Amino acid sequence: MAVSLVAAVLIVGLFIVGIRLMQSPTSALWGNRLGSTAMLLALIWAFVSTGWADIGFVLVYIGIGTAIGLLLAQSVKMIHMPQTVALLNGLGGAASALVVWAAVIGYAGEDAALIFWGTSGLAVGVGALTFSGSVVAVLKLQGVAFRKPVQFPGYGHIFRATLAAAAVITVLNAAMLGSMYGVLVPLLVLLCLLGGFLMTLRIGGADMPIVISLLNSFSGIAAAVAGLAVENFVLVGAGSLVGVAGLVLTRIMCQAMNRSLLAVLTGFTPGAHTQEQKAEQEIATEPKSAALSEADLPGILREAKRVIIVPGYGMAVSHAQDAVRQLTNAFEKNGAEVKFAMHPVAGRMPGHMYVLLAEVGIDYDKLMDLKPINPQFAHADVALIVGACDVVNPAANAAEDTPISGMPILNAGEAKNVVVCNLDEKPGYSGVDNTLYDQDHVITVWGDASETVPRLTEMLAST
Amino acid sequence: MPNILAMLIILVVAALLGYRAISAVPSLLHTPLMSGMNALSGITVVGAVAVFVTAPEGASGWAAAALVLAMINVAGGFWVTERMLRMFKAKSSDITEEEVPWQ
Repeated sequence: MAVSLVAAVLIVGLFIVGIRLMQSPTSALWGNRLGSTAMLLALIWAFVSTGWADIGFVLVYIGIGTAIGLLLAQSVKMIHMPQTVALLNGLGGAASALVVWAAVIGYAGEDAALIFWGTSGLAVGVGALTFSGSVVAVLKLQGVAFRKPVQFPGYGHIFRATLAAAAVITVLNAAMLGSMYGVLVPLLVLLCLLGGFLMTLRIGGADMPIVISLLNSFSGIAAAVAGLAVENFVLVGAGSLVGVAGLVLTRIMCQAMNRSLLAVLTGFTPGAHTQEQKAEQEIATEPKSAALSEADLPGILREAKRVIIVPGYGMAVSHAQDAVRQLTNAFEKNGAEVKFAMHPVAGRMPGHMYVLLAEVGIDYDKLMDLKPINPQFAHADVALIVGACDVVNPAANAAEDTPISGMPILNAGEAKNVVVCNLDEKPGYSGVDNTLYDQDHVITVWGDASETVPRLTEMLAST
Repeated sequence: MPNILAMLIILVVAALLGYRAISAVPSLLHTPLMSGMNALSGITVVGAVAVFVTAPEGASGWAAAALVLAMINVAGGFWVTERMLRMFKAKSSDITEEEVPWQ
């Protein structure tokens, strides 16, 4: 035990150092490489501690998994990162459930302890829930099925009853020391598969970052509990790390949307009935007069010295990242300074927008978080919004009882002029009309950003 | 019994140290952090190896499936993270000019 404990502490320690290296983009690559090295050590340690038994078969299966993983990782596009991470969350949960299920079959008949039966039930359950929840998330993100949040009467009761039944069976299975595992564990798996399915079914696209983070955490918790079940120190430590990472990100995402985790999971939307009315009132109080039009655009763009671009998921949907980079270059050629205002929930997973912009070669020191960029809007000549709506909607601060009330927004409206390159004037994901569109210093250019943004670039160039 | 105690200590200490390390990761790197965590959750592979070699006939198939799935996570997670991190570039050399904030 002592040797495997030392090995585990060493390996988990290396993982933690790897995560610490991820605090800066310059050292993050080495953090990732350190992590993979530690993983290799963990594998070798697993071979050594099992006396290289069945090593041929083991290596074949490892080879198959590695080949599939590398193929997947090499072919995936950056816009599809959310579903890739969701898929891997699901596979991680499934792997933990399968390991423990295999151990359960192996232990059955032997004199296994209460702790084994308790933790094994938990690991199989959390793993199954992670798997089915992730599958639904992948289908939603990929646009294959359940694109709209699915609701039906009695949903809450069924969901709670499912989870409660799963908990009862876990306890029962442990109390009976697995004497009926052949019935109880498969039943538990079915209930947890249903639970994960129901949990994610109700989630809308804007809440996806939260759910992906949560499932990420679950995949870690499943691994940690599986480690408790099969008494593997490395598994416990590394699983714990993943579980905590997912929880930290879940909390950050919830704060960025001013939503409680419970509200997301139960699909509770505050004041869904009153929002339209409220938004109408807002508009009515702001008369449109002498509003700017598209004819004023070339002048405004050319004179701009300080530009803040607010990218949203709509930019990614219309594949306009490259057009935005060209516009950025045109601005800079014109002597302007360009920064990007990054809302934490822009995109479909934590940090997604940063990756999408990095992919087209935009330097990361132009990308600024909500807090540092917000005071700078007041000093900006132009705030250019590309495919973002809810994250710049002043209604989040002004109106009460809307789904986005209290959500921290980017104060794009404080810029001298605001240019909006969104597809249409329909409200964003929240369904709350954007009161920014009606303000006098705002010019709206409706249309596909991959067409409208290059038009702006032309205006800038044609001096 | 000492095994479960040691495991619980590892669980808690890893969670605390992990919490500190993860909280310090900037939002710029949250996506690679998550895909890196995907790779890390593939650590189940070590459990799968142990169970695979000790499991009886009826169980080894499940353990083999776990081996494959966990390795998809390990290889896929690390490689996609590597790909992403390679894309992050800082401003090349002209960093000197206007580093003064706007206010």
